Amino acid sequence: MSTISEAEVQKVAHLARLAIPEDQTTAYVSKISSIIDLVAQMSAVNTEGVEPMAHPLDSVQRLREDVATETNHREAYQAVAPEVEDGLYLVPKVLE
Amino acid sequence: MEWETVIGLEIHAQLSTNSKIFSGSSTAYGAEPNTQASLVDLGMPGVLPVLNKKAVEMAIRLGLAINATITPRSVFARKNYFYPDLPKGYQISQFELPVVAKGHLDIELDDGSSKRIGITRAHLEEDAGKSLHEDFHGKTGIDLNRAGTPLLEIVSEPDMRSAKEAVAYMKKLHALVRYLGVCDGNMQEGSFRCDANVSVRKPGQPFGTRAEIKNLNSFRFIERAINYEVERQIELIESGGKVVQETRLYDPDKGETRSMRGKEDANDYRYFPDPDLLPVEITPADIEAVRASLPELPDAKKQRFIQTYQLGSYEAEALTASSELGDYFEAVAKGTQDAKLAANWLMGGLAALLNKHELEISASPVGTDALTQLLNRIKDNTISSTAAKDVLEAMWHGEGTVDAIIDQKGLKQISDTGAIEAMIDEIIAKNPSQVADYRSGKDKLFAFFVGQAMRASKGKANPNTVNDILKQKLEG
Repeated sequence: MSTISEAEVQKVAHLARLAIPEDQTTAYVSKISSIIDLVAQMSAVNTEGVEPMAHPLDSVQRLREDVATETNHREAYQAVAPEVEDGLYLVPKVLE
Repeated sequence: MEWETVIGLEIHAQLSTNSKIFSGSSTAYGAEPNTQASLVDLGMPGVLPVLNKKAVEMAIRLGLAINATITPRSVFARKNYFYPDLPKGYQISQFELPVVAKGHLDIELDDGSSKRIGITRAHLEEDAGKSLHEDFHGKTGIDLNRAGTPLLEIVSEPDMRSAKEAVAYMKKLHALVRYLGVCDGNMQEGSFRCDANVSVRKPGQPFGTRAEIKNLNSFRFIERAINYEVERQIELIESGGKVVQETRLYDPDKGETRSMRGKEDANDYRYFPDPDLLPVEITPADIEAVRASLPELPDAKKQRFIQTYQLGSYEAEALTASSELGDYFEAVAKGTQDAKLAANWLMGGLAALLNKHELEISASPVGTDALTQLLNRIKDNTISSTAAKDVLEAMWHGEGTVDAIIDQKGLKQISDTGAIEAMIDEIIAKNPSQVADYRSGKDKLFAFFVGQAMRASKGKANPNTVNDILKQKLEG
């Protein structure tokens, strides 16, 4: 039995802006379901007293001094942009 | 039964760091578009975010000031959504383990009592870029200079019960972040902005469905927007409708809120720990180092002003609104040895000029030395309070020093008893009927004589001397 529905797969795909063709939805349902089932098996393990792991490396974040070190490379960065104007990146109209 | 308003605020304070939270780009305001957007800010493949130490310190500062617990190991998470001004497709934020856990802030209510507002958490995150919707032939322009600017999002409990309380809380927090030096508080530039969660219910009932009003960037707007939203929700429910959970935008021109988009879909952010960032460890020693560097905080300063300078609670509150104002007051209070007079002039004449010219105290053209000299000229009876107002105005416009202006404008008060006596004799001689009325018991006429004397002296007679002599002569 699958643990995720076709509608849920389409919803997750939409949230991630991925296009999944209709005829492949069933395949995704079965693959994702088997992953979820695997996680469900792990859920059965008693983890009481175990601290949740935020990162596989047993280390802490290194911090940077608060100094502005970057210089302006706008021209180089914008050379690969599809469209720019007045220093701005142009994108299809977004309305709020 | 009346409706009860329930408000919780999410406040975004832009931290006053020199560089961004995860990159070495400058955070200076007003640069040419995209000149402060590095590869990390642009979300290019293969780059790694490295956390800014100062941003963490600033979060701890705020945390200590609101009596919060600092999380010993806090974690960054990705908040996933798509918008063109968010190049990576996710915002680096904190979810389960924010750097600042539960704290609180006390606000003062109109009746003088105080109310404790719970603060659920405060977390570090990066700001998004800016979308410019106008004038690009049907396209949207994106400026990523702001992308990656450090923000501290301070989330309150739903503890406020009116728009007024919400404004009081926001003002208190605004003053606090500026005292702490963690945020410049510039609301026009968006450094300090607020989202308000608003719902209504009958007292004692569970919370109603809330609407979130986005991006309120002035104290005036927040009060108006909340009041409008409360009315809208009550009318909706009373006419048989239901409040839907949604994001609404306040339109200051129309004075109303309007629906932005349903939040159900947008709310599905699929947070997960960011694999690019390790947990942030904050040791007790780190916390103590920050604690040692905290300035005197507004509440403590207010209490000290009440005790040291015998100010009322209202005056002390007003004079501790910013640390600059408090410093200014203390300098003048010490220079004049007259805290009451200093307080009156700061909150009166000088405040009026600052308001009129929309300036902060730190930008006042009249400094503490000049105001001290001016008030000392009132105290030594050189000029009257009325004349002092003219001098203040002249100093504001750079017309010279206190004494030079007094000389130039001929404002020196006449305290010479002989001259005032002669003037009063003349007034008494000119107004025999009033003198007779006064002597037969019409006490109120005394003010008439004072008025005549001030007019005759063109406002320059020392009012105390005038009073004394008048009393003497009229009784006689």
